[in-house]
Amino acid sequence: MTDKDQYKIQQEPFYQQQKNEVALYEAAYRNRLPVMVKGPTGCGKSRFVEYMAWKLNKPLITVACNEDMTASDLVGRYLLEANGTRWLDGPLTTAARIGAICYLDEIVEARQDTTVVIHPLTDHRRTLPLDKKGELIHAHPDFQLVISYNPGYQTLMKDLKQSTKQRFTGFDFDYPDAALETEIVAKETGADVAMAARLVKIGAVARGLKGHGLDEGISTRLLVYAATLIKDGVDPRDACRMALVRPITDDADIRDTLDHAIDATFA
Amino acid sequence: MTTETEYQHPLMRAYWAQIDTRFPQVEAVFEDVMAEALAVLTREGIDAYLEAARVIGKLGRGVEPMLAFLEEWPSTAKAVGEAALPAVMALVQRMQKSPNGNAITPFLQTLAAVARRLHAQEQMQHYLDITLDFMERTTGSIHGHHTTFPSPGLPEFFAQAPNLLNQLTLAGLKNWVEYGIRNYRTHPERQKDYFSVQSADSRAVLQRERHGTLFMDVERKLDLYLRGLWRDAEQLVPYSTAFDELRKPIPYYDKLGMRVPDVYDDAGAIAGLDRYRATLAHMVGHRRWTQAQVADNWSPFQRMAVEFFEDCRIETLLIREYPGLRGLFLALHPKPLEAACDPETTSCLRHRMAMLSRALLDPAHGYADTDLNDFVARFHAVMEAGESSTKEIAALALSYVAKTRRQSDQFARVHFDNTVVDFRDDNRHMWQFIEAGDEEEVFDEDRKAAPDAEIKGLPPRHYPEWDYNSQTYRPDWASVYEALHASGNPADIDRLLQKHSALAKQLKKMLDLLKPQDKVRIRYQEEGSELDLDVAIRSLIDFKGGATPDPRINMSHRTDGRDIAVMLLLDLSESLNEKAAGSDQTILELSQEAVSLLAWAIEKLGDPFAIAGFHSNTRHDVRYLHIKGYGEHFNDEVKARLAAMEAGYSTRMGAAMRHAAHYLGARPADKKLMLILTDGKPSDVDAHDERLLIEDARQAVKELDQQGIFSYCISLDPKADEYVGDIFGRQFTVIDHIERLPEKLPALFMALTK
Repeated sequence: MTDKDQYKIQQEPFYQQQKNEVALYEAAYRNRLPVMVKGPTGCGKSRFVEYMAWKLNKPLITVACNEDMTASDLVGRYLLEANGTRWLDGPLTTAARIGAICYLDEIVEARQDTTVVIHPLTDHRRTLPLDKKGELIHAHPDFQLVISYNPGYQTLMKDLKQSTKQRFTGFDFDYPDAALETEIVAKETGADVAMAARLVKIGAVARGLKGHGLDEGISTRLLVYAATLIKDGVDPRDACRMALVRPITDDADIRDTLDHAIDATFA
Repeated sequence: MTTETEYQHPLMRAYWAQIDTRFPQVEAVFEDVMAEALAVLTREGIDAYLEAARVIGKLGRGVEPMLAFLEEWPSTAKAVGEAALPAVMALVQRMQKSPNGNAITPFLQTLAAVARRLHAQEQMQHYLDITLDFMERTTGSIHGHHTTFPSPGLPEFFAQAPNLLNQLTLAGLKNWVEYGIRNYRTHPERQKDYFSVQSADSRAVLQRERHGTLFMDVERKLDLYLRGLWRDAEQLVPYSTAFDELRKPIPYYDKLGMRVPDVYDDAGAIAGLDRYRATLAHMVGHRRWTQAQVADNWSPFQRMAVEFFEDCRIETLLIREYPGLRGLFLALHPKPLEAACDPETTSCLRHRMAMLSRALLDPAHGYADTDLNDFVARFHAVMEAGESSTKEIAALALSYVAKTRRQSDQFARVHFDNTVVDFRDDNRHMWQFIEAGDEEEVFDEDRKAAPDAEIKGLPPRHYPEWDYNSQTYRPDWASVYEALHASGNPADIDRLLQKHSALAKQLKKMLDLLKPQDKVRIRYQEEGSELDLDVAIRSLIDFKGGATPDPRINMSHRTDGRDIAVMLLLDLSESLNEKAAGSDQTILELSQEAVSLLAWAIEKLGDPFAIAGFHSNTRHDVRYLHIKGYGEHFNDEVKARLAAMEAGYSTRMGAAMRHAAHYLGARPADKKLMLILTDGKPSDVDAHDERLLIEDARQAVKELDQQGIFSYCISLDPKADEYVGDIFGRQFTVIDHIERLPEKLPALFMALTK
């Protein structure tokens, strides 16, 4: 039997509630409803799921989805051994067996035909048929499926099927407002509030340029990186350039504008 | 005649003798110019000066050159040094010996103004070199070596030289002159227009060569700046600063957008781009925080004070938002000295306001004036409480004016030095007038457009053309008019397709092979994404049976999609009407068949596909005709247009390719292919140099390449090998047997995109 404890979150992750999402999630979990978390990158989706798993004291199995992922990467596959083949459970199967929260991160990255395998787990059946093995798994009562995706950079090609979407309850995440984000950056890194406020201000500049050459604004995660660097003694301007500007753009005009915003903010 | 003038001073008498002239006009100014010359020139310099003046006086061109020289040289020498005289005289002699003697006067007249902008003797030498080169190349010649016609542009050029050097570096000037010589050497009237900065391309090239930060180069950055830092998406409209010498326009904004100068030079350490940013930030501040005030009851002085205070208020608020702006504003803000203006003789209101404005923004202003410091403190107290308002700050401004009023404020002599804050706008938005006065004329509003003549099609788009001689673009050279192609009878095309039905069947087979099969399984992989059970079991059996097992037991997948956007550009020039060799059909008819088949084939494949034709009648009329758009299917409408295809005029290929790229470039596809079907080399009636349009087309191919567009030429000209490789590199096919075009073209397309 798989060791359940290795999937448990041991320490409380820092999570700052934006609205009432914690209570809503708890209600969804009580009824084992599948949950979808949407929002731009680095706004705290994964942190939220982690926090909820810790709060509910349930194991959390995270799968980062990608284009090359196949259904067998989720469900499991036969492996070849010296004396025959052996079945190995995939993460989804494991979660269903041990009663974990299975978190499929960036689900749209996986191909649509792959994601169809989660369907029987997400409705009243709560079963997972392993056709290759000829087994039907009934999900553990604690099992819950959570998916996340970023509606921002999806193209026409990358979207969830309606039949998949309509199996989930949803949370819409966004970057928190300035005051809250300042608090988050300050608490997460221990930076002082004035510095955090300035970083948040630069973040807001970049978010204003979204769609005008930037696919995505500066995420809270990057702001935390910048604050961490500053805390370590790096000059704030250098830290901002390194953590906030260089990663998000190769466009010289945008880089110049953001650099100017940094200079204008740190007088 | 007053040749017997006796100067009292013996030295002056000696000078007068030395200059040896009888012009009374010279005599009238002689004392004045000598006074200036003696102050500036050395002893030897005076001798050289007088000698040069004497020589110029003896040229036989009247008194003007001599007067001009006498008046201009002292200040010229002051700017670039006396040592420049031999070079200047050498040029004068050259002009004298050529037919350009009449340019000597304008040359000498603007010499001092030019010298003041050049500062150094080497620079002066460069200027003289450019001039000499210009003169020699534009002076007309007959029979090879007799130079007979004067250069038409030279006098115009000298008249413009100071103005030009204000805006251009010497290198820029050289390029500008070069462009004019190259394009208008043989056209005296145009040459004059060009060198007097009258013609459009003269101005365009001038704009391109200007020093400083050009608006068009930083427009996107400024857009991003507005959007990112200030959440404002106002339209930016540049105004020209090049041709308005007397009144320098000031930035402003109105309903139609924010107006900013078309170029900003660096101001000390502040880059032009940052000056733009300061200007925009200031205007954004007004848009956010300024409420319009009723101005009728305030005097102009009061209004000026209110404007200064309000400008400072919004700048304080802007600095609150981005503290780094303080440094920028202060670097651009003048810092008048407290004692610079004498209130006894001059109106000092501007000076007082500029000092106050400085003090309101700069905590370390260091001014001692008590009223000023008192009001700075009151201003800060008001701002401490919040954002304040235009009304509140206006009240403060009025009391400042009342408190510091002086009789001398009314004086006509106004102290302007160091009081202009050039990143601030003209504050026209701050005032509303209840009574329509006659003092302000409103030009921007209620201008009814005159009923236009019927608009024919879309306005033209202008494209640059490459001039290989100078390796530069001619700005906005070709005008492309686009229109929908006329329609004919679609049944004709269906009949053509019918005629080639055997060929179509053959093509169909090839198409099926090409059709995207999105997911392809690759079996027999040693490493793959999934175990291929069949192979694995077979391998295991081999293993158990003692044979060597096949290790390739995995399989993986590969996506195999086509994402190609295609543009077919048809040359519809006159030569298409000729009969193809060995066939009784014209090239046009054969092209029509080939294009129909290709369109049918691509439609079957499902690739996004557009067809357009082009021909040209000089650079002013390049026609671009839509036959099929990306949004259209190969339906009857498209077939009708295809059926009506007609040939005429010439082949200005570069402009058409650039325009087609404008559409193709906007397609989201991974691969972009532009097919150009042509029967001859690029040419046009107004291009005398054969290579010009070939080189331009070659440049267009390079541009397309940079945009990620693959261009491919299908030439029907049997002699195309001579030039087509120059244009398209190796991306071309020459079809010798034109009658086989209908089968060749689709096959070629498929080979290209396989």
